[in-house]
Amino acid sequence: MAYAIEIKDLKKRYGNGFEALKGIDLTVEQGDFFALLGPNGAGKSTTIGILCSLVNKSSGSVNIFGVDIDKDFAGAKRYLGVVPQEFNFNVFETVFNVVVTQAGFYGIPTHLAEERAEKYLKKLDLWDKKDTQSRMLSGGMKRRLMIARALIHEPKVLILDEPTAGVDIELRRSMWEFIKELNEQGTTIILTTHYLEEAEQLCRNIAIINSGEIVENTSVKALLKTLSSETFVLDLDESIDQVALEGYDIKLIGDGSSVEVAVMKGQNLNDVFAYLNQQNAKVVSMRNKSNRLEELFVKLIKGSK
Amino acid sequence: MSTGEIWIAFYTILRREIRRFMRIWPQTLLPPAITMTLYFAIFGNLIGSRIGEMDGFSYMQFIVPGLIMMSVITNSYSNVASSFFSAKFQHSVQELLVSPTPNWVVLTGYVLGGVARGLCVGATVTVLSLFFTHLHLHNLFLTILIVLLTSVMFALGGFVNALFARNFDDVSIVPTFILTPLTYLGGVFYSISLLPELWQNVSMLNPVLYMVNAFRYGILGVSDIDVTWALVIICAFIIGLFYIGLTLLNRGRGIRS
Repeated sequence: MAYAIEIKDLKKRYGNGFEALKGIDLTVEQGDFFALLGPNGAGKSTTIGILCSLVNKSSGSVNIFGVDIDKDFAGAKRYLGVVPQEFNFNVFETVFNVVVTQAGFYGIPTHLAEERAEKYLKKLDLWDKKDTQSRMLSGGMKRRLMIARALIHEPKVLILDEPTAGVDIELRRSMWEFIKELNEQGTTIILTTHYLEEAEQLCRNIAIINSGEIVENTSVKALLKTLSSETFVLDLDESIDQVALEGYDIKLIGDGSSVEVAVMKGQNLNDVFAYLNQQNAKVVSMRNKSNRLEELFVKLIKGSK
Repeated sequence: MSTGEIWIAFYTILRREIRRFMRIWPQTLLPPAITMTLYFAIFGNLIGSRIGEMDGFSYMQFIVPGLIMMSVITNSYSNVASSFFSAKFQHSVQELLVSPTPNWVVLTGYVLGGVARGLCVGATVTVLSLFFTHLHLHNLFLTILIVLLTSVMFALGGFVNALFARNFDDVSIVPTFILTPLTYLGGVFYSISLLPELWQNVSMLNPVLYMVNAFRYGILGVSDIDVTWALVIICAFIIGLFYIGLTLLNRGRGIRS
């Protein structure tokens, strides 16, 4: 079975001499929920731009569902739906027209385009805004409009470039519920985001790109297993005066009602719970001090420099 | 894309373009109507009555074909230049770039959008001119053919301009500094037979002269140039500009990194 996306030795050098991609190899399986992460200027948007024809590649090959973009770019483009980072619709068009016009560019007949526009605008809570000029929408609504527009030709791969930037928490959750539903129905999702906890929760596979090179390409599970330690914060029912546990990096934080502990590979939290129990301190809640993926991300990016 | 899908994509671009200039009619359709009415009233009626006949017609009748052509040229050009540049500026051109619509369909759609506005304004100006004078058509087929081809040619020019333009100033430079002088010196207001021989020969280098005169021939039956030459020149420009526009579009000039 062909990969949803197969990139080989992809290079991009801009006119000013800047080498944005230094020969990356990347594969995304059909039906995957894939994260492409990297710091600003790492090459994420260039990669996505090449996939969807907004950037000309310098060399290398790109196949989308087995279709080589050099041989049949129009055929390859049919598989892709793109939600870019920047708003890129005609702000003077109504919401409904933005979506239906995009369908026309894919050769979809008007009656079918209107049916689908209704379906996706309702799904994304924009139906009551269908006659509103798109410039009048809020930031979150504009973002959802771009998702509806990207889905109008029912693509097999949906690329989301920073889709939740500037979107409030409630909206972000409902957006992800919808995207997860699409993925469960078979749509391959490729996501770039700065919210790494989103990538950890949603994605199965991940690639980290830095300075135009792929520094990691594996499953989220496998990547998290490489963590050598995790830091937890345990909230106690009452404050305690001191804390010390042999072999563990443990300390009190705040007024003594919370404990921070670093758990290395091979250690486990049961020792910590047992110790706190001996101190008559009950743990009422527990959380990761920082996002696990974030720790790895920073480590990998630093390591690749 | 199949033929049916290509037709839908083409129709979508054309419909969007027509919807755009209709939506902003006070900016697109009204100004040329007002400007041309002033031309008819001042140059045709007031000044024209003192000029007398030109090539056997009243001055008003003489300038009407030129003024119609002038409005068609300006509006065909500026519609495509401003619409495509706005799409670039707002990045909404990416909607087309990510789609499978072939570049020649994009080019044709935008150009015919410009032609639609050019013809719309041309028809409005023609109707307005009938309030000031009467026109008889010498050759209907030639009149329609010339106005159509000229409109296509300048719409293509507007597209190439928009591809190169990096800001709104770049969109207005060509109409202001090239198109307007060429049109005014292209025999809209006078017959080049009034000029000294040297300037007659220089005028022959102006392509707009051929279009204005061929159109005037279609309406009045008089022309300073051979109409066949006009058709050859317009067709050559259309082929050349279409090739340039499509090549630039395929390379992604001004629209792809």
